[in-house]
Amino acid sequence: MILLANSLTSPAIGTIFWTVLIFLLFLFILSRFAWKPILSAVKARDEMIKGSLQSAEKAKQEMLKLQKDNEAVLRKAREEREVILKEAREVRDKLISEAKDKATEEAGKLIEKARAGIESEKRKALSEIHDQVANLSVDIASKLLGEHLKKTGEQEKLIDNYLKEIDFNKN
Amino acid sequence: MKTRNFIGFFVFLLLTGMTISTFGQEVDKKEGSEEKFNASTFILEHIADSHEWHILTKKNGESVALYLPVILYSKEKGLDVFSSKKLAHGNEYKGYRLEEEGELKGKIVTVNEAGIVDEEKLPLDFSITKTVFGMMSAAIIGLLLFLSLARSYRKTGISYPQGIQSFLEPVILFIRDDIAIPNLGEKNYARFMPYLLTAFFFIIINNLMGLIPSPPPFGANVTGNIAVTLVLALCTFFITQFSGNKAYWRDIFAAPGVPVWLLPIMIPVEIIGMFSKPFALMIRLFANITAGHIIVLSLVCLIFIFDSLAIAPVSIFFVIFMDCLELLVAFLQAYIFTLLSALFISLAIPEEHHQ
Repeated sequence: MILLANSLTSPAIGTIFWTVLIFLLFLFILSRFAWKPILSAVKARDEMIKGSLQSAEKAKQEMLKLQKDNEAVLRKAREEREVILKEAREVRDKLISEAKDKATEEAGKLIEKARAGIESEKRKALSEIHDQVANLSVDIASKLLGEHLKKTGEQEKLIDNYLKEIDFNKN
Repeated sequence: MKTRNFIGFFVFLLLTGMTISTFGQEVDKKEGSEEKFNASTFILEHIADSHEWHILTKKNGESVALYLPVILYSKEKGLDVFSSKKLAHGNEYKGYRLEEEGELKGKIVTVNEAGIVDEEKLPLDFSITKTVFGMMSAAIIGLLLFLSLARSYRKTGISYPQGIQSFLEPVILFIRDDIAIPNLGEKNYARFMPYLLTAFFFIIINNLMGLIPSPPPFGANVTGNIAVTLVLALCTFFITQFSGNKAYWRDIFAAPGVPVWLLPIMIPVEIIGMFSKPFALMIRLFANITAGHIIVLSLVCLIFIFDSLAIAPVSIFFVIFMDCLELLVAFLQAYIFTLLSALFISLAIPEEHHQ
């Protein structure tokens, strides 16, 4: 038994020979035809995954940036709209006030014109009345005085004097 | 669930098959010579190398075995190749005999005309023994497995792992990411990956094939054969020495910071260290695998030691338990061998800035 145990722990030359042969052949064939393609395929895949992840991250960043840009654009547009609206409101207010002013002015002018017209008409009427009253007075006086008063320059002078005494403007 | 049941049934069948065949032997021995069952001889015969692959012995004494080729070389007779069947049952053939007893048990010896063993002139034995045959089969299985894996990668291109890839790729990635890169570094690991992968799978395939009791090519104690582990350890040794850089050799022959008078002590210590590392690798693998086989066989032998079938269920239960443990050990030892190889290689390529 001990001897067998010895044979167990003493390497046999033939087994060593075959192990070297088999193992080296195994190593050679596998490294040449198996490990090389397998490891390179695995590595290529690893790199692809890494690259894909990176590009996904990049795309995400870009999207975020785009979103931010969009928001900025939107905000700007909103601000611009506000400005435009405000301007429009101002313009409207201005227009309205201008129109109002103009209308008031125009109305004032019209009133003034009307007043001037009335004044001149009044004056015209007064002068007509003046004339007619003169004529009427003459007529009345001539009728009242009859034949006493002759058509002389003195008579007419007298009439004028009377008329001047009457101030129409007072009434 | 179904597969698990099936595997369990398969394991049970194999184990019972093994017990039946050994039981047959026992009967044969009892009928023949009435000799007492010797468990240690039985176990050592099973784990030792042999020229024929014994499968079972029939009740009439005929043995069913796979007779492997014997290849002998001696200076006087030259090369001789013949089947080991010619040497069965102590027969002489071409002046050779397979010793069955004594100091040279299991070895092929030359005998002269008088039938006396010439102990001085043992022929060089390059026979395809049980171990060699088992190892060849393991290598062929490994080649088939990994060449088809490589082919599948070539076929699918860059894609998600599928088929055989999803089964083997995690192991390859484990060796790369958890053994090679942490030990050898991102820069150097690629150089040693082929060796580490080959060593790992060579050991694990042989370990697992050794756990399956029968039939050939399963059940050979390949990684429990010291010649095999010696060669594996030597490979690690040579790779370590040949990839050793300047800093490594300086550390051995002129370690910086060590006083000169201490060098005569330090240099031998360092040189012993060079050899003790692979020596540890060799012994560890050999001892672990052999121990596992011995335990399983011992549990089976309990049936014959007690000479009672009633022991069989207990024995089988423990054998199944041990086989589960051995399954773990098979993976573990392959892992440890690879890990330590990577570690020893990494010690030979220290980075310069550490100095």
